[in-house]
Amino acid sequence: FRFVLCTSGDSVKVYSTRTEEWLHSLQGHTNQVTGIALNRANHLQVYSCSADGTVKLWDFIDGILIKTFIIGYPLFAIYVSEKHDGIVFLHIAMDTDSKNECFQLVAVHLPKSAEQEVEAKELSAVSSRISPNPSCTAFGREGQYIAFARHLQLNVYFFRKQKTYSFSLKATDKKGAKNAFTCIACHPADDCIATGHEDGKIRLWRNFIHTKEYTYSTQHWHHNAVNTLCFTPEGTNLLSGGIESVLVQWQYGAGNRKEFLPRLGGSILHVSTSSDGQLFCTSHSDNKITVIESSFKVCGVIQGLVKGDAVLTDLMIDPRSKALVLNGKPGHLQFYSLMRDKHLYNLDIVQQEYIYEAGLDQFEVVKAAFDINGYWLATVEERGQKSSDLEFVLKLWAYDERTQSFVLNTTITAAHTDRIISMCFSSSEETTMLVTTAEDGQFKAWCQGADADTQQDQSFWSCEFVGSYHNLKPTNCSFSADSSLLAVNFQEVITIWSPDTWELLTTLCQPPGVVRDLCFGRLSCSKYLIATTTRNLLCCWNLLTCALEWSTSVEVSKLQPDPLSENVAAFSYQSKHTDLFVFKPSEPRPLFTHKNMCSEKIHRAVFVPREEPLNNCDESSQWLNRSQLYFLTQNMDLLTFSTATEEDRMLSSSKRLVIDDSVAVTPFYLLLGKHRQQQQKLNTPSHPAADKPQQPQGSVTITELLHTPAHVLPAASVLCSMLVSSLLISNTGVRKDPLREMESSEQEMNSEKEEEHSEEEMEACDSQQELRAQGSVDEVTPKLSKAQERELKRIRKTDFSWMTGLIDSKP
Amino acid sequence: MGEFKVHRVRFFDYMPSGIRALAFNGDTERMAVARMDGSVEIFHCSDRFFQEKIIPGREQCGIEGLSWVGERLFSAGLNGGITEYDLTNQKVKYTIDAYGGPIWTITGNQQGTHLAVGCEDGTVKLFEVNEDKIQFERNLDRQKSRIVSLSWHTSGSKIAAGMMDMIQIFNVETGHSIHRMLADRGVGTSRSKECVVWSVVYLSDGTIVSGDSVGMVKLWDDQTGTLIKSHNVTKCDVLALSVSQNEDSLVAGTSEGTVVQFQFVSMVLGKDDKEWVRTRTFKNHTHDIRAVAEITTAVVSGGMDAQLVVKPLLDKIEVRSAASALRKIHFPHRRLVFCARNSGLMLFQYPGHLELWRLGESEGKGIPGSSLFVKRNPEKLLHLKVKGEDHIRCSAVSPCGEWIVYSTASSLRLYRLHCDNNNVSITKISKLPKVLSSANQLCFSSDSSHLFSASTQSSVHIVSLSQSGCKFVGTLKPKSGSHQAIHLLAASEDGEWLASANSDHEVHIYNLQTRKAHCTVPVYSSAVTAMGIHPTTNCLFMMYADQQMCEYSIEQKQYTDWSRTVQRKGLHRLWMERDTPCLNVMFNPQNPSHVILHDTYMLCIIDQSLPLPDDKTQFYNQLTLKSLTEDQRKSHSHAFKVCKTFKDILCVELISDQSLVVVERPLEDVATQLPAPIKQKKFAT
Repeated sequence: FRFVLCTSGDSVKVYSTRTEEWLHSLQGHTNQVTGIALNRANHLQVYSCSADGTVKLWDFIDGILIKTFIIGYPLFAIYVSEKHDGIVFLHIAMDTDSKNECFQLVAVHLPKSAEQEVEAKELSAVSSRISPNPSCTAFGREGQYIAFARHLQLNVYFFRKQKTYSFSLKATDKKGAKNAFTCIACHPADDCIATGHEDGKIRLWRNFIHTKEYTYSTQHWHHNAVNTLCFTPEGTNLLSGGIESVLVQWQYGAGNRKEFLPRLGGSILHVSTSSDGQLFCTSHSDNKITVIESSFKVCGVIQGLVKGDAVLTDLMIDPRSKALVLNGKPGHLQFYSLMRDKHLYNLDIVQQEYIYEAGLDQFEVVKAAFDINGYWLATVEERGQKSSDLEFVLKLWAYDERTQSFVLNTTITAAHTDRIISMCFSSSEETTMLVTTAEDGQFKAWCQGADADTQQDQSFWSCEFVGSYHNLKPTNCSFSADSSLLAVNFQEVITIWSPDTWELLTTLCQPPGVVRDLCFGRLSCSKYLIATTTRNLLCCWNLLTCALEWSTSVEVSKLQPDPLSENVAAFSYQSKHTDLFVFKPSEPRPLFTHKNMCSEKIHRAVFVPREEPLNNCDESSQWLNRSQLYFLTQNMDLLTFSTATEEDRMLSSSKRLVIDDSVAVTPFYLLLGKHRQQQQKLNTPSHPAADKPQQPQGSVTITELLHTPAHVLPAASVLCSMLVSSLLISNTGVRKDPLREMESSEQEMNSEKEEEHSEEEMEACDSQQELRAQGSVDEVTPKLSKAQERELKRIRKTDFSWMTGLIDSKP
Repeated sequence: MGEFKVHRVRFFDYMPSGIRALAFNGDTERMAVARMDGSVEIFHCSDRFFQEKIIPGREQCGIEGLSWVGERLFSAGLNGGITEYDLTNQKVKYTIDAYGGPIWTITGNQQGTHLAVGCEDGTVKLFEVNEDKIQFERNLDRQKSRIVSLSWHTSGSKIAAGMMDMIQIFNVETGHSIHRMLADRGVGTSRSKECVVWSVVYLSDGTIVSGDSVGMVKLWDDQTGTLIKSHNVTKCDVLALSVSQNEDSLVAGTSEGTVVQFQFVSMVLGKDDKEWVRTRTFKNHTHDIRAVAEITTAVVSGGMDAQLVVKPLLDKIEVRSAASALRKIHFPHRRLVFCARNSGLMLFQYPGHLELWRLGESEGKGIPGSSLFVKRNPEKLLHLKVKGEDHIRCSAVSPCGEWIVYSTASSLRLYRLHCDNNNVSITKISKLPKVLSSANQLCFSSDSSHLFSASTQSSVHIVSLSQSGCKFVGTLKPKSGSHQAIHLLAASEDGEWLASANSDHEVHIYNLQTRKAHCTVPVYSSAVTAMGIHPTTNCLFMMYADQQMCEYSIEQKQYTDWSRTVQRKGLHRLWMERDTPCLNVMFNPQNPSHVILHDTYMLCIIDQSLPLPDDKTQFYNQLTLKSLTEDQRKSHSHAFKVCKTFKDILCVELISDQSLVVVERPLEDVATQLPAPIKQKKFAT
């Protein structure tokens, strides 16, 4: 029964290595968690340190916070050694000014007291020559010494002798080596220190109690900086990883004999081994944890939302699997189930080996579109964005029922003479048609038709129509809801075409300003066409009259129609923050407004249809009944809106494992009970069934029981009472039974209080997290969205009626 | 500093021969180097690796192993013979046949009583080392395959032998094999090829280290005959191994040109359980390393690329200095080029032949630094092949260009050159005096009337030359009674004095009129690398291997004032840090205070009238001086003017028409003539 722990935002996530399931997360820190270390004295406990200045001791199996030690300074890394009982070693910034990277290593004596919260003020500095990179510090054999490196200097501090030995390397030599240290690992049994270097060399240092007779051997395989080094617990092997995404296993003492595990995904950031050496774990830059057996076989992958370099495609929903589709691994599209917060699969679009090396120009998927049934997928891949010689390929993929995946149908290498700007499928059920617009001033319609030459059953795609308008550059194209009309905008002018006859029906124009985005209304509003221009204008035309219905001056960066309702979401970026408006094209008054949603510009958003529509009567959240809005910030954070009832349900289901049966209803509960409902947990992956509302009587608990992996369930005796109580009180499924709520309440109180006053800090910690590209490798989405959520909610409570008046005043 | 017309000569195709074996004698700090052409050289390790002695080789004499026994040096080769060298007279003492076919290896035990040789026929033969000879004692048990490498245990009772596919340990007493240890063959296609154990080292703690053709360095236990550990060092062969004297470090030379160091390091600090751990890798060679030797402070390696590399081990050096820098020795520390000063002829000494060239002529004058138009190309006049199998030990051409003399280990030949216009002919002088049977060093007097031939026991024979022939005049003998061979001779311009320097660092000065020893220069700790007698003042100018210089007045029998000033003030740091010895001393006839010196990398003129630089002054100051005005220049200039225009200089000689001959042998040219190295895959190629 094993776990893998990783820091994720302000929590520590616990995964099972067997099932790769997310079990729970250790929540309680109010800022980013910067380091975790197992408690050597008790192997079921883990220390975590955070930028909020606390060290917390957890029982990670049950997810219980045991103790909190308040240090008072922002902490950046934690180390423990078995020889130093009750002492943890921490990185703290030398200056309050975090800009100059001056860190020091301090030893903190953790006071032994029974209290939950203890202030640990007994700090003693070990060294100030510390690299900001936490992997540049490591404990040696039996904790006798600590090795740390900065730039070109390796220091070894012996605790018993209280003496530091320093060894320096030259910055460069004749052969152009870059000798700066990047990581350190110490052999568990021998006095040998392994160091990784910027140019990919690994040095093994020995005899380092002599300033002159020290010696090292050099191994070189990595062609770029070594990111991480780790000895196996027996010390027989050394693991190393870098940008090549190849895990290298060096046999200790056997020179350059090594094994490789290539093609692991993104570049390897961390490697760690289980205490018995049976499992290795690598974390990758693309938001992935790979669990590897000691026989060097991958036995599990914990994949979050794949974090590529950039999301170039729109956010899309696969109509079949309802999965979110966007750029994932380089050259791939990822299918990500939002319901289960789980990565489904990658679709290889480019079908070329990706070379993990900086500065190479390789094919990237830049556009993708699904047709309405999810039968066709169109993709555009591009290479040479930076250089002048642009290469791009349009590919059409058909869904294969048998293999349950997309199969390449047609590859069009020269679809246009210049870059494809946008494309969309017609939304009619009968004929599928793809329209592409490109910078060469043309838009093309592609249809599926049997090729006369080949005489095969299979039909391929070919160009049906080429349209242009006054040699202007088309940017956006959109089909109306019934596919009877196609709107293509040529700079300021929107042209309306009939896809049946390819006749230019009309042009709409509202200068000044180039049209940035356009879409048709849906359902009852399908007679409307909405467009935004660069000159801060949101216009709505009635296509029956071909006249401007209304327009309002608002800077809109993204327009997203909901396919299941009339609603359109508009993201507006003004004065360094983004506002969200949800409106119906038929009326210029927004249904829902949310000011100051986030500080970044939003370019990608999508409405995700719900499996079961909600019956929410709340005015402000009605628009979320049929689908949920997800959007992606420029920091690659995926955020969403959810309603209060949903949160409530998720919360209760995720907290049911907390075991505490003797908590009475306290005044705190009365105070916080309401509050707690606002705390939400996005996407509890391990309990998908619990998300379903309207369960038959009281079966929520039973389904939970049945759907939870057996190894994470508490003892049967504990469950028994829950089961009985759930059977006794048979009410609607939405309402939770009070007993269970009480059980979890105390646990909640702690964390909630902290979370309350941490809201203000959230912004700050975000930037910090970017600054220190370490530790948190798992997605940061839940934390952020939660913070945002709660802000949203607070704002939602305030009165925005003055806003409507503001918007109404526009023509 | 004076202007010279320079003949830049690059047609001397000297090819240094590859290094085959190294043997280090820790007591005398001498390194013996055997080359492919059969020559053996002795380097003095603590005297800046000066090449003290050269014993020329013979045709068809491939040396495979070298071994010191005390201060005696033995070699064995593929011709099946064991050779002992007479190091005082720098020649082969005797060769005896081992009757076992080609010999692959030779090694002496630490007690100095026995030599063991490994033969092609699979026998290890033991020879007893007697006072004056070696005597065959017996064979150890005969094996099926050839013995490639041997190593004695320090006790002298056991011997390890590396063979094809296996290593055997013999009990020397009984001659029987104690253990047979099989070396694994390579994987894949190389499985069908035998694994050659190129080198074994028997450590005193009973560990046997082997290097084989699979690229492994393996450690074996001699008690159980089992493999302790193996290190894969290279994809090619491990050709040589050497262990340091205190057995805490081991070096392995590979055919990739790398030297891999292993160290005996305690795995847990402060405890005694030590292990052999691979540590550093040095790559200073382009070709196979055929021999390595770990000496006290450095690793010496040599191989097919013919350079001897001395890589200092920084952890064993107390003070970093010029003496402990990385050193690459490409060329011999002897002159191979001789100039007939008055007739513009050059004599090139190759191992097996001599070449005589006439220098080219150029037109007019040009600005300094420019190259002149060549009016007449240099011309090869003569190609003189050596009679017999011995290689040339020394040669000389008379200043008038009329006489050519060379000597091998067994014979000396004197030729008279007739040169009328384009017809060149030589006649051998047939009747030579008996004393001229062989010479260690040869020199003509400046008026070409006498030939000085350095002979055994540091004596010099004088032979007068005339149209009719040559006549023995007399022998000069030193008072000291040193037996070491003379390696340098210098005759004065006026024909009055002759100076000789021998390997005991003694410099004797003889009066040629009385043919008596005149005086002896005080013995200095370092060897004389070059010397010359000043034409006007008759002072002997000497350069030493440690870059010191001395001027000794012959008439006054004492050091000159300038020399004392140099000793007192010391030489500049940069001068002392140069790593090649000065090979020639010349005097500018137009300016008596100018002394011209050269080493492999530079040409230097010392102006004795100018002040000496101290450590604070800029040593290479020509560029600075150029930018200064006339007045300032005076205050900034110092005695040393260094010219680094020329590289890889073999010889610089001043000839009579105020022009310099600079003979270069660019290392790139040498490299192109070497066989192709092992092809290695380089990353990103």
